[in-house]
Amino acid sequence: MGYTITEKILMRHSGKKSIKPGDFINAKVDFCLGNDITAPIAIKEFEATGRKKPFDTSRIALVPDHFTPAKDMRSANQAKVLKDFAEKYGIENYFEVGRMGIEHVLLPQMGLAKPGDLVIGADSHTCTYGALGCFSCGVGSTDLAAAFITGKCWFRVPESIKFIYKGKCRKYVGGKDLILHTIGDIGVSGALYKSMEFTGEAISKLSMDDRFAMCNMAIEAGAKNGVMAPDSETIKYVKKAIKQNKPKRKGFKKYYSDKDAVYSKIIEYDVSKIEPQVAMPHIPSNIKPAHRIKDVVINQVVIGSCTNGRISDLRLAAKFLKGRKIKSWVRLIVIPATQEIYLQAVKEGLAKSFVHAGGVFSTPSCGPCLGGHLGILAEGERAVATTNRNFVGRMGHPKSEVYLANPAVAAASAIKGRICHPEDVL
Amino acid sequence: MRYKGKVFKFGNDVNTDEIIPARYLHTTDPAELAAHCMEDADPGFAKKVKAKDIIVAGENFGCGSSREHAPIAIKASGVSCVIAASFARIFYRNAINIGLPIIISKDASENVKEGDTLSVDTKKGIIRNITKKRDFSSDVFPAFIQKIIKADGLMNTLRKGKKRCTK
Repeated sequence: MGYTITEKILMRHSGKKSIKPGDFINAKVDFCLGNDITAPIAIKEFEATGRKKPFDTSRIALVPDHFTPAKDMRSANQAKVLKDFAEKYGIENYFEVGRMGIEHVLLPQMGLAKPGDLVIGADSHTCTYGALGCFSCGVGSTDLAAAFITGKCWFRVPESIKFIYKGKCRKYVGGKDLILHTIGDIGVSGALYKSMEFTGEAISKLSMDDRFAMCNMAIEAGAKNGVMAPDSETIKYVKKAIKQNKPKRKGFKKYYSDKDAVYSKIIEYDVSKIEPQVAMPHIPSNIKPAHRIKDVVINQVVIGSCTNGRISDLRLAAKFLKGRKIKSWVRLIVIPATQEIYLQAVKEGLAKSFVHAGGVFSTPSCGPCLGGHLGILAEGERAVATTNRNFVGRMGHPKSEVYLANPAVAAASAIKGRICHPEDVL
Repeated sequence: MRYKGKVFKFGNDVNTDEIIPARYLHTTDPAELAAHCMEDADPGFAKKVKAKDIIVAGENFGCGSSREHAPIAIKASGVSCVIAASFARIFYRNAINIGLPIIISKDASENVKEGDTLSVDTKKGIIRNITKKRDFSSDVFPAFIQKIIKADGLMNTLRKGKKRCTK
């Protein structure tokens, strides 16, 4: 009987000779992560045990990205907990404002998450790195504290669902649309406790940015992780990241699912039938194709986040916004995910296009995605966002609404002042 | 363990943004988080809930963000245990890791109403609806998970392990 990528990585990291779904294992963690919301609890727990130092100061990343640059005094105090901890123990990967970025875009970019790795993060979107062919999943603060001490984490080996994406994507359809379509199909608990393995010719044609966007939202279907087999595109991305940033751990290992690997389900999609998708309030599975949405007037557009704040997302948005003006009643907020993306967007003139169109070009932050800052919605307001969740109150007032979409739909909607198909503009 | 309390009933897919909205995540203080517990699902919950009360919900309770503030807020609000048809996986491990008792029972989830009084016996796996005089069974946790629950959380298993090593 063969194994899936996920099973192979979990087996290797737990030192077991065989493994099956449902087994409980303690596995070695190659890298772990916390942010300004979740790490303070982990640090408090760690300190309470009286341990002298964490298991490995080079395998921990602390990224103050949620409420930073600090939105208020209390958030500043929380971010300071990370900074103090990093200084006290010599944590090598602490990213201060000005050198940081949204964690799930930053870590792959820095070469800190790589194929074959086992990565945990006290943030649900840690599943993003699965696009590199590693096992990565979100955990809680206490799990992170335990990993600080032991370098290990407990897991229940998940069953895997194989998704096969056939055909060629239509114009303005990308990774975001494929994952929204999938969540719309299987529901927000459709992959609960399971691994989502994304395969097929349509996946191999996606850019790494689009692959990250897909794996990023595996959690929105309840999954433990999302994963894709590494290919030449993956290796090119990883080698560049290692060359540029010289991380301490430079090695990586490619894993592929066996032909006779066991899946609890195999689901196929013909992507040529998928239109740009929009998740209507207040759950990511409430999907409608963009062209079927009429008369939803919007107040705000957010382009950014760990889902769609990468350079290709900004390029796509700028294609629509360059030389055009957004509607007078719309606020456009563009947030590049990292400092590197920020500079690249300035260099390519994308930032100028956003500002000339009437928008804001912000410093990296998770910001409004989770209703933190930099674009909180008032009562009754509606936003189109390239983010990942549209729960009640997610971006601000409990009576506001969030519609999730790709950067093309978001940019086009800013120009029209209502939700529209990208082809209504271009 | 045994718990007895009045039911607060919620539906499917209750997410952690509803359990504790991000606007309150600038603190890790349990009491402060408890004051806003369940605020975007039921704005009056924090004022109504009394010690030992029980939350009963549908499928996928605690989906979304990994914030441990969610089970912390529920525990600090006095809720004795949460019963649901299923739990989202990060919430599931967070609750177990911090010692908030969670119980999986599709049967109870479907048949219990707001305001009912329940008595729960986790050892026997029985949920008794005292109001309606009806019993429901609950799933038994795997042995691995029971060890963490018995130690009242993951960090205690590490502390105990450490003590054993130094003896």
